[in-house]
Amino acid sequence: MPVMTLIEAVTQAMDEELARDPRVFIVGEDVGARGGVFRATMGLHAKYGSERVVDSPLAELSIVAIGIGAALADLRPICEIQFADFIHPAFNQIVNEAAKMYYRSGEQWNVPMVIRAPYGGGISGALYHSQSVEAFFTHVPGLKVVIPSTPQDAKGLLKSAVRDPNPVLFFEPKKGYRAIKGDVPEGEYTIPIGPARVARSGRDLSVFAYGMMAHYTTIAAEKVAREDGIDAEVIDLRTLLPVDKGAILESVRKTGKALVVHEDTFTMGYGAEVAAIIADEGFNYMDAPVKRLAGPDVPAMPYSHSMQEFFMPNPDKIAAAIRDLAAY
Amino acid sequence: MPTKTVERPSAALDEQTLLAMFWTMLLSRRLDERAWMLHRQGKIAFHISGMGHEAAQVAAAFALNRGVDYVHPYYRDLALVLALGVTPTDFMMSLFGKKNEYSSNAKQMPSHFSHKPAHILSHSSPVATQVPQAAGVAFAIKYQQQLGLADPDDATQPRLVLTSLGEGSTSQGEWHEGMNWAGVHKLPFICLVENNLYAISVRVEEQMAVSNVADRAGAYGVFGIFADGNDILAMYDAMHAAVQRAYTGEGPTLIEAKTYRPVPHSSDDDDRSYRSREEVEEWKQKDPIMRFNAYLMGKGILTQSLLDEYEAQAKKEINAAQGAAESAPDPDPEETLSPVYAPLEAN
Repeated sequence: MPVMTLIEAVTQAMDEELARDPRVFIVGEDVGARGGVFRATMGLHAKYGSERVVDSPLAELSIVAIGIGAALADLRPICEIQFADFIHPAFNQIVNEAAKMYYRSGEQWNVPMVIRAPYGGGISGALYHSQSVEAFFTHVPGLKVVIPSTPQDAKGLLKSAVRDPNPVLFFEPKKGYRAIKGDVPEGEYTIPIGPARVARSGRDLSVFAYGMMAHYTTIAAEKVAREDGIDAEVIDLRTLLPVDKGAILESVRKTGKALVVHEDTFTMGYGAEVAAIIADEGFNYMDAPVKRLAGPDVPAMPYSHSMQEFFMPNPDKIAAAIRDLAAY
Repeated sequence: MPTKTVERPSAALDEQTLLAMFWTMLLSRRLDERAWMLHRQGKIAFHISGMGHEAAQVAAAFALNRGVDYVHPYYRDLALVLALGVTPTDFMMSLFGKKNEYSSNAKQMPSHFSHKPAHILSHSSPVATQVPQAAGVAFAIKYQQQLGLADPDDATQPRLVLTSLGEGSTSQGEWHEGMNWAGVHKLPFICLVENNLYAISVRVEEQMAVSNVADRAGAYGVFGIFADGNDILAMYDAMHAAVQRAYTGEGPTLIEAKTYRPVPHSSDDDDRSYRSREEVEEWKQKDPIMRFNAYLMGKGILTQSLLDEYEAQAKKEINAAQGAAESAPDPDPEETLSPVYAPLEAN
């Protein structure tokens, strides 16, 4: 299997979907000749032309609204929001419009649309190029929220997202765009939206994570296995909405201990829902309280390297949290 | 910008069409009046009226390829959607919120239109959200034509989108972003602004510093025009020009219909707090149905006996619609849980 970076897998998924279905098009800021500020659409403008790889005016709401309208008229838009931090102007279109369309129209109209956005910190992006915005959207029935952590998943899940008849928010860990490399199967394949993935099987405790934190958690789990003999199971949630309750409960049934890791801020973050699911339906399996490792409750990630590193969970911090929980 | 002379394609409308337009206006008005009455009787929870706007809306519908071209309307467009194929029974089912209601299965408030068979898109309550979406629909039409997925001369396929909103809603950023896209991509897009001078209680002078919404069109590269929204023939002429522009690839048009809402904003509003009765009375003298009635009578196209017939027919249809809706079952409570996601096969 060829090895590629996470962003190369994203590009390849879009390339294949553009080739497969003439209704698929890309719209966003700088996605054309520039190939996107992260180069996710690199080469696609040259290959498919400005009709299908469309540079939008600098207005995020319109990127999403154009996508919704085009989807209603039978196209298959892939909308790129340059940074997840800039998605907020489009919140109304995503939450009030795209998410509610199927339900509010008595199942007449649906919105087959993907909104891609790089999210997360660790790149000196400060408050407005580092945000994790998933929790705003995982509260919204009608949306699907996907966050891959490997090139293989990125490609297979993005292809599923393009083919999904519903609005899918696809958040990509920008710090991992080139830092995360992995095998990607040759030829056509998809990975279904919904099921979580057991990234590392273990018996002592369960760690739930996604995106960059799933990548870091896997590193941390190997470290504690090596150094402390702790056998941690790592569940890469990868689809946050709909949540794979079964995978969460199955894992804690085996291990009796749970840690949730995300770089989004702590309070009301996605970890709260995972903890609630376990408290509600997995209480009898548990030998320890559910722990959360997350960003601090400050507005967003600061610019200065020292403060950025303070904010971000990393393999060492995750390893420490695993050790604490294992010792409980 | 809005000074360009339009020809008078309305002169070519045959008598049958003129009468069909009149009938649609009249039916809408009587249905609207019944809705107010049902609210006052405590039989329905909410009504939002299209009264006074009937000429602008019916003219818009009749200038389109009705039921084929896309329409992304707003909550005041009762006459528009009736002209596109929504029935009095459909509307009554909405008012009463009954099972299998046509637009949303009784999920949405009344007058939140959606009717896929007639290519009426679904809209929400936050205003102007439909405008950039409509630009997206127009983008799709142009895209499909450019990629050879649709034939630009095939009248069985949608060739433009009409979206509508009130003048107050043009203060929203969403309106700006939609207009900008329509202009940049020269889309087959018509924006109908039904300017009734009030956004609930706030007058147009407090919404914008220009005299006409249409004055803003040039800034987007959109052709702007305003017309007397209470004169159905003037509105038809303006709409006809916009439709031709869209069909022939000339690009988007903004049409501002100068009109008035002679009733409160909705069944929950009391307009006595913000405007004089004299002003309302003055506008009632310019009522679009009264005017079209006088015009058609003057031409000998409409007669008193035909009018009586129409009134009787409207009453009969509305009574039947009300009866059907009142006797229809409520949705099962569990329909609250009806599907949130389209099944994967839907793609």
